[in-house]
Amino acid sequence: MREPGSNSKEVRRRNPTLPRDGSGFAWLALTLAILLWLATVWVMWQVKQVMTANGFQALWADILLGLVAILPLGLLFPASQSLRQSGAARRALQSENLIAARVHGSEAHTWAWFTLGYAGALLLFLLFVLFFIANNVAVGRTFFQLELIANSFGLILQAFWINVVIFLFAGFFSLVWGLVVAIAKLLPGKPAQPIRFIATFYTDAFLSLPSIIVIYLIGFGLPLTGIGFFRNLPLEALAVLALTLTYGAYMAEVYRAGLESIHPSQWAAARSLGLSYGQTLRFVIIPQAVRRIIPPLLNNFIGMQKDTALVNVVGVIDAFNQARIIASNDFNLSAVTTVAILFILITIPQTRLVDRLVERDRARFRQG
Amino acid sequence: MSFLEIKNVRKRFGANEVLRGLNLSVEEHQVVCLIGPSGCGKSTLLRCVNGLEEIQGGEIRLHGDRITGPGVDLNALRRDVGIVFQSFNLFPHMTVLQNITLAPTQVLRMPEAEAQEKALALLRRIGLEHKARAYPDQLSGGQQQRVAIVRALAMEPMLLLLDEITSALDPELVSEVLNLLRELAQEGMTMILATHEMGFAKEVASKVCFMYEGVVHEEGPPEQIFAHPRHERTQQFLSSIIEAGRL
Repeated sequence: MREPGSNSKEVRRRNPTLPRDGSGFAWLALTLAILLWLATVWVMWQVKQVMTANGFQALWADILLGLVAILPLGLLFPASQSLRQSGAARRALQSENLIAARVHGSEAHTWAWFTLGYAGALLLFLLFVLFFIANNVAVGRTFFQLELIANSFGLILQAFWINVVIFLFAGFFSLVWGLVVAIAKLLPGKPAQPIRFIATFYTDAFLSLPSIIVIYLIGFGLPLTGIGFFRNLPLEALAVLALTLTYGAYMAEVYRAGLESIHPSQWAAARSLGLSYGQTLRFVIIPQAVRRIIPPLLNNFIGMQKDTALVNVVGVIDAFNQARIIASNDFNLSAVTTVAILFILITIPQTRLVDRLVERDRARFRQG
Repeated sequence: MSFLEIKNVRKRFGANEVLRGLNLSVEEHQVVCLIGPSGCGKSTLLRCVNGLEEIQGGEIRLHGDRITGPGVDLNALRRDVGIVFQSFNLFPHMTVLQNITLAPTQVLRMPEAEAQEKALALLRRIGLEHKARAYPDQLSGGQQQRVAIVRALAMEPMLLLLDEITSALDPELVSEVLNLLRELAQEGMTMILATHEMGFAKEVASKVCFMYEGVVHEEGPPEQIFAHPRHERTQQFLSSIIEAGRL
């Protein structure tokens, strides 16, 4: 029976959940840290043996190995922090101080994860070292002969210039060509239907064609036709043409997505002020679309840059072709590694630039 | 012959007929307020007058000249008929000043310096001269909408269409926009407003039109429409507005 006048609704009590002290996780982290340290010592010992077997002896190398071997001891710090916090959490639980127990428990958890994160990275590093020295440093010899890399560097850098030139020209042309195609695809009205159809067919076709086939067909095929203009073009120009055609289609798709992403109200606003279709595109739609599509456009750029290595199929002496020649002379792939390093060196800044541009644009629109 | 004559206009979106033979005439220096439930075709009508929508029947004449149908120079029409939208539609990548000078310089071929001077004068008038170099998203909604109105005014239109321009604003920002409209009305600007601001319509309108199901159901001076609506639909509409505390 309830008291008269009391609230007829029963009051629900909330039972706080008991926090865990996280000691299990902490012990796991500590065990892993110790095991990994032992593994590192073992791997470094292996490296030392391989070095001895190859007659390589240097004090700096020994010091380096020793340093790497004691590095994992650093993992003991977060692991022991984790243990300490979980101990504190357990004591707090015993004195029924739930809030302190929660705080210490979550600290213990964080430190344990910290240990695991670094342990994971270290593990990957150890695996890589093992792979590198496996089979008496076969991997190292095949890909990373420092001497060969140094010797071939000048020659390959020269050939790499060809890649850069092809890329710059093809990049510029495909940017312009892509915009033309995109606008052709978006032309309004019935009279423009054939143009829209051709533009759509073109993009569909070149999006589905592997660029290596386009390069092959254009680089070999066009000179074979004997048409004077094409016969006298250098191979590099034909490569630029092939890449422009292929990547123009990609660029067109990016532009189109960008142009279509501008809200129709912007069209309405511009047209209602008396601006023509072309003026609206030029002053209102394209400037806004370009901002949005710079990252995907630059991504296409990077893709195209990498595809410049494909022009070797028609015999252009680019960096990759040069490296293959050197590699077959030396029976070693280190020269190709040089090309790989060059591509990485010029691509990473661009990727970072894309990130920066995206961030800057976001910041400008956020400050409002 | 009226300044603006809308005769028997029909507009369909697919199977949905939005305007069903609508008639309306507007005289010079009049302020005409379109009221009515949403979906009754107020915005569509304004967009048709500006040539943003094609109509399927009837005709619209401005100064006796037909402005609908094939062969009409819409760009020329839009120089004379400005429109302001509910969502402002300022160009976000341009400063306030660029927003205002774009059409005068590109469409009217006005020299840049002259256009800027004119734009600054207009901005001074609405007290936003200091925002000339700001971007639209650095302004409040009310400021953006006033800039949008000024952008339309910079083309010196003979007719200004205003499509629920206060509907997207926070309540405390509505008055600054309405004050500007009030000034324009006093100066004799011919305007057609689609609006839910009944109090404002009552105050400045020369004529109030209640639209329902794609036609002007009832029209008259504001005193008559708001105090003695004749038709049942108008009465229902107004009483629900009063119920919501908006009149």
